[in-house]
This record gives sequence, C-alpha cells and structure tokens, in this order.
Amino acid sequence: MFGLDKKHTNLLLLVAALTMLAPFILNPFPEGSGMAQFNAGYPDLMQRFVIFGIFAIGFNILFGLTGYLSFGHAAFLGVGSYAAMWMMKLLTMNVIPAIAVSIVVAGLFSLLVGWISLRRSGIYFSILTLAFAQMSYALAYSVLTPITGGETGLQPKLQDPRILDGALEAGASPRANLFGLEMTSSFEWSVGSWLFTFNVGYYVAAVAMLLSFYMAIRIFNSPFGMMLRAIKSNQQRMNYTGLNSKPYTLAAFVVSGMYAGLAGGLMVAMDTQVGAERMFWTASGEVVLMTILGGAGTLIGPVLGAGMIKYMENIMSKINETILHQWFAFLPDGIENLLVAMVYPFIGKGWHLTLGLIFMLVVIFLPGGLVEGGQRIARLFKRKKPSSDTPDGKTTPAE
Amino acid sequence: MSKTNLTRRGLIKTGAVAGAAGLTLPTYLRADGHSGFTNAPTGSTVTLGFNVPQSGPYADEGADELRAYELAVEHLNGGGDGGLMNTFSSKALQGNGILGKKVEYVTGDTQTKSDAARASARSMIEKDGAVMITGGSSSGVAVAVQALCQEAGVIFMAGLTHSNDTTGKDKKANGFRHFFNSYMSGAALAPILANNYGTERKAYHLTADYNWGYTTEEAVRNSTEAMGWETVAAVKTPLTQTDFSSYIAPVLQSGADVLVLNHYGGNMVNSLTNAVQFGLREKQVNGKNFEIVVPLYSRLMAKGAGANVKGIFGSTNWHWSLQDEGSKAFVQSFGTKYGFPPSQAAHTCYVQALLYADAVERAGSFNPCAVGEALSDFQFDGMGNGPTLYRGEDHQCFKDVLVVKGKENPTSEFDLLEIVEITPVSQVTYDASIFGGELGACNPGA
Repeated sequence: MFGLDKKHTNLLLLVAALTMLAPFILNPFPEGSGMAQFNAGYPDLMQRFVIFGIFAIGFNILFGLTGYLSFGHAAFLGVGSYAAMWMMKLLTMNVIPAIAVSIVVAGLFSLLVGWISLRRSGIYFSILTLAFAQMSYALAYSVLTPITGGETGLQPKLQDPRILDGALEAGASPRANLFGLEMTSSFEWSVGSWLFTFNVGYYVAAVAMLLSFYMAIRIFNSPFGMMLRAIKSNQQRMNYTGLNSKPYTLAAFVVSGMYAGLAGGLMVAMDTQVGAERMFWTASGEVVLMTILGGAGTLIGPVLGAGMIKYMENIMSKINETILHQWFAFLPDGIENLLVAMVYPFIGKGWHLTLGLIFMLVVIFLPGGLVEGGQRIARLFKRKKPSSDTPDGKTTPAE
Repeated sequence: MSKTNLTRRGLIKTGAVAGAAGLTLPTYLRADGHSGFTNAPTGSTVTLGFNVPQSGPYADEGADELRAYELAVEHLNGGGDGGLMNTFSSKALQGNGILGKKVEYVTGDTQTKSDAARASARSMIEKDGAVMITGGSSSGVAVAVQALCQEAGVIFMAGLTHSNDTTGKDKKANGFRHFFNSYMSGAALAPILANNYGTERKAYHLTADYNWGYTTEEAVRNSTEAMGWETVAAVKTPLTQTDFSSYIAPVLQSGADVLVLNHYGGNMVNSLTNAVQFGLREKQVNGKNFEIVVPLYSRLMAKGAGANVKGIFGSTNWHWSLQDEGSKAFVQSFGTKYGFPPSQAAHTCYVQALLYADAVERAGSFNPCAVGEALSDFQFDGMGNGPTLYRGEDHQCFKDVLVVKGKENPTSEFDLLEIVEITPVSQVTYDASIFGGELGACNPGA
C-alpha cells in the first residue's frame, strides 16, 4: 500500500492508529482519581507530542542516515516559527499559508547554513551549526528586536493588517484557524468518569505528522536514503570512487531543516506565540536527546523519544511536594517524610535529573534506544517458539 | 476568504450531523454544563495555577513567590493568622475560601522561558481546570502568559514584571499587574538623584540587551534629562555577559560622572561588582564624586552584590522594613511560617492572589469578565503600599514607589536596603495611552 512493503505499511498504520486514538490512549485514568495527574491526553501536550515528533523525525533524516550531528537544529524551528507568525500578522490567521511559508523559509535558511557548515564534517560540523544557531538566537533576542519582538516575542495583535481576513468582530481576538475551524476548539466526551478531549489543532498536527512520517519512510527506503547510509558508513570511500557526496548531504540537511520549519510553523499554529528561546542551544540539544533516546536511524524511535521527553517535562515537573505527601499519607509520619525527602529531588523541578538517569541507562544498556529495548523484548518472545519445537531447547547439529 | 467564527457549540452541531450519520455523539461538553466561561468551578473547590520559575536564573525569586502563594492559600482558606486579610480595606474575604469554595492550587515551572511558561500554563488550564493563572519573574514570560490567558479566557495576575510593555503595548483585558514599572522607577528616582547629585551630571548607561533593559533605560534617561542631566552614552550589554570589565573601562574615558546600570539579577550583581573593583566610586570626575545608580533593586540582588551596594540608589516595589500595618502584618505571618522576611516578589504575588480572591467575592462570580470589572478602577489600602488604584485603562496598579539605598551598616543578611523616600503616587502617574497597545475586550472563553 502507498508504495510501501508490508512491514512498513503495518508500521504506518500502527502510527496512524496511535495518533488518531491518542485522546483515548493518553487518558487511561478516570478524572478525579489519584492517577489522573499522569493523564497526558490534554490538547497542549498531545500537540507537543506530534510536533516534536516531526522535529525529531526530520533530525533523524540527517543524523540517523548520514551521521552528521547538527547541534543547531532549533534555529530552523525558530525561523519557521517567526515566518509563520509574520504570515499570521500580515496575511491571514488561516494556518495553511503560515505553515507553507514556515517550511519554505526554514528550507532556504538551512540551505545557507548547510552550504557553509557541510564544508566540514564530524565535530567541526557540529560546532559550526551550533555557532549558527547561537547567532540566530542572539539576533532574535536583541539585535533584530523590531522583527522578532526580542525577549517578549511575537503574538498576533488586534491592530495587525491581516490583509486577507475581514475585520474582526468587536471584542473578538485573532485566533488561528483552518478555514474558520479554530485550532483551539475541541469537544469533550465523557464516558463514565473518563473525559476525552478531541482538539482540532491536535488533529491538524497529527495529520501533518503522519504525512512527515510517510515521507520519512519513503526517504529511508529510496536509493537516495541508501546513498545517505553509504555516507554514514564510509564517506571517504564514497569520495574515492569518484562520487561527489556533498549534494546528498546538503539535500538531507535541507530536508531535515524543512521538517524543523514545519514543526515550528505548527507550534505557532497551535499556540500563537513565538519567542527567541525556542532557538537556544538547549533546544537543539533536546532534539538530539530525543533521537538518541528513541533510537537514531530507526523510523519510529525519534517519535518515541520525543514523546518520552515531553511527557517527563510536562507531567513529572508538575508533581510537587504536596502531591507527594498525599501519596505517602498512609505511612507513619516519620517514614512519610523520609520517603518524600528521598523522592522529591527526582520529581518536580528535579525532572531533569530523572531524565538524565534514564538517558544514561538507555545509552549504556540499550545503545539502540527505546526501539532496541522493544526489539529485545520481541526477540525474547520469538525465541521461545522454535525452542518449543525441540524437546531439549537446542537444535541438534546435522552430522 | 470568509471567516466563519466556529465556536465549540458550533462544533457540537457539526458533531450532531455526524451523529445522525451513525457516529457516536459526544454527550457532554465541559463548557456547556456550566455558566459559560472557561473552567467554571462546579464542585466544592476552585483551582488556581501558580506558574513560577523553579529553575533557571530567577529560581530564587520563584521559590519565594511560591512560598507567598502557599501562604495566601492558607489565609484564604481560613488558616494561619489571616495575614493581610486583616488590614486589607475590602472586607469581602471571609476566610472560607473563595465564594465558599476551598482554594486548591497547582504549580508549574516557567523556566523563565516563554514557551515553557505557556506550556505549563496551558496544562493548568486544559488539564487541571485552573480558573486563574498567576506568577512569573520576567516580563517576557508575563507578556507571553498574559496573551495565552486572554485567548483561553482566564484571568492572569502578573507576578514580578517591571517592563512597561506588560501593561503598555502588550496589555490585555484579562491581565492585571500589581508590580510597578520602568516608567515609575525613572520618575521616582530622578528627583532624588537631582537632590543628591545635583542637576549638572553626565550619565553613562549600561543596558541589558533586551526589552526590559530598553524600557528601563528610556525611562531613566527621559526623567533624568528632564532634570537637566546629560546622557553621554548608552551601551547595550549581552544578557549572558558575566564579566563587565570591558564595558566598565570606557566609562572612565567618556567624561561621565554617573553610571546607570540597567541590569537585573545576576547581571546587576556582576556589573556592579566590576564597577566597584575598577575603583569608580573613589574617582573624581568633573570635580564631582563618581556615582552609580541601579534603577531596579531587589533584596536578593543586594545580597548577591554584598558590600558593593552600600550607598547606591535604586527603586523597589516594596520592602519588608516598611512600618505600615499591612507590611508589618505580612512580614509577621511570612516570617512566622518560613523564618525569614519576604522579598518584594513574594509580596506582589501574595497581594495579587488576595486581590483576585477579593474581586471574585465582590463580583459574586469567577467569570473573568465579572472579575475584570471588579478589579478595574478598584481602590484599596492596607496591602503595604498605601492607597492603591487598579487603573481600568491599562490594568496597572498605581501606588507609591520606594526609593532605596544600599545600607551602610547592615545589621543582618536581610537588612541590606534602607528606604530613602516614598515617592507619592501622583509623581509617578502617567497617561495610559503613552505606550500604545490595546486592551481589547475581556474574554470569558468557552
């Protein structure tokens, strides 16, 4: 189906099912129960899951296939966001032009950055991209304040021109929409004590993610993808055979920059605000973490990594001391306080610490990321089948 | 392109059409079952969202803000000694929660980043059902979260934010600020500076290179130039700068005799320390003593800069050594609970929480529009800043501004600033239209 073999069709269908049913999957606990705070099925976080999924998929096309580690990918995300915001301010609050322009602008900017940075490889390439990203951040934060709004960032204002939109009704504020369907509108469906939220913005982003995922599968399986893998395994040998590898790396860089631009444009479409810290180097580092945590070079890995990090950031960081005391309230006071004191550094504002530990464990024991973990578990179950055929669990060598 | 404004209700109608086609019909809509505004509280509790920096450069302020909010919740629910509720001029609050509903809260980390702050605020609104968001320790975050609250239809009570923009060009109908701003700092400081240092001074500005720095520099510049000072140069310094020696050296050659440090937090601690190390304060220029001015002071900054702050003028929103009934009551209950006096960030956040609760009581509803109406042009007293007006045109509080000076002989690690003068509110009041921007209409959401 869709020009894919059976294995990849199944993967695509699985991802489609997961994204479309996310409001159910992410809200497993009933409202008002003690576990409800682990629910992630609210629009903002669901949107973040798929948007950062797109960002990580794009990053993986560069890093996973060619092995070039870009440390400045957040710059493309930021540039895409600013472009989308200006479209919303000048043209229309409809998200289509905003997202289209964000992809194009991020693509052009990555062409420039890539053309310069790809003259070097390895650590020098990483440092060059990092330098570009920090330059972009500094420009956006202060030098270009008239265009970027500096520290305060940009938001749609009542007095913006928006030449394609009609005048706003009195009292209405500009809202991102898709031909009139507002990104923030959602309907809620309560079944028993469960409450599921279906948000328009989330489904727009989810469809974009599915398209990006499909594109990534096609790229992975194409001759172009094979060429990129060849660059990763031995670029020197490629060059000695007389093949110019630079157009391929540059193309991969631009494609991955456009993915970042799409993610940036979607971020603005979901939440109409853009600030310079979106381009800060920690944001670039985050996407590297996502990709490695999930499994670099695999299709689904970066999406899993993005989901994991965003979940930790948004859910773990909100558990405060009071909630901990509620959890351990059934214990005697002394033990309760001791347990709270032991757990507290790892939750709330200490979520970075927990993330760091998980990252270390994954890199040391599962170098292939969460995907490798999944594969190992799958292999455990698969190995049992052949072993059940032979009584002693061993295959007898043929004489 | 015609823009049809589709509401949630409209979407339900579409859903009903789909339902006729055999699909499952959504049976319940959160906004529909209540009285027509976002997150209307239905049970016996009401949830407030405290969105403060728990990590990053302003984590200290954030921690103090959170302490203040916890204290405010305790007082609102009738615990503790009641704090400022006893001295507050409005007596609507009963100590039985807000409108009889027990106050609960959720916390989040803004990380002093607009994106993180908005993500955290959105999760409070969408997941936890918070009806009001408050907190923050930087103007960028305040502006970003305020815009979000306007869109989502909840009230935003700004925490520590000093830039003119928050209630100036970026003001929003659902946002309210109790803290003072750069303009007021400039207007309050200028006369004191003229009295102490004379009217024929040459000033050199070092300005943090972002929005708050710009508005502060502009405010101080305009008000000192009106007094007859001359501005020799204004140099922008990167926010991430930690060593300011290269910026201090040219000051001596410029012929300036006053250095204005438009820096906040760690920036100010470092630049002031550098300036003192360079011996600027012992210098004589143009036959006058060289002086340094810090427009926005906080106790936490004074602590960081140590002995270097002695004798240096600045302005502040509130200081724990004030002797009015309100301030004494607040320092008393905060000190009893935590063992040290509150910072100005803690004070403004505590007051904002109480002001919100009081406005809900007076309005008789949690509806953001009703609350906004109750807060607009509200006059109150007994909150530690003297008689205060919440101006309706820009949702900015107008009250006396404190001009402070680094204390020469501090008696404790908290006793670092002394109050030089309390500038009356009339001197710092300005026309609401000078910064541009539009308040827009209040948005109850849903």
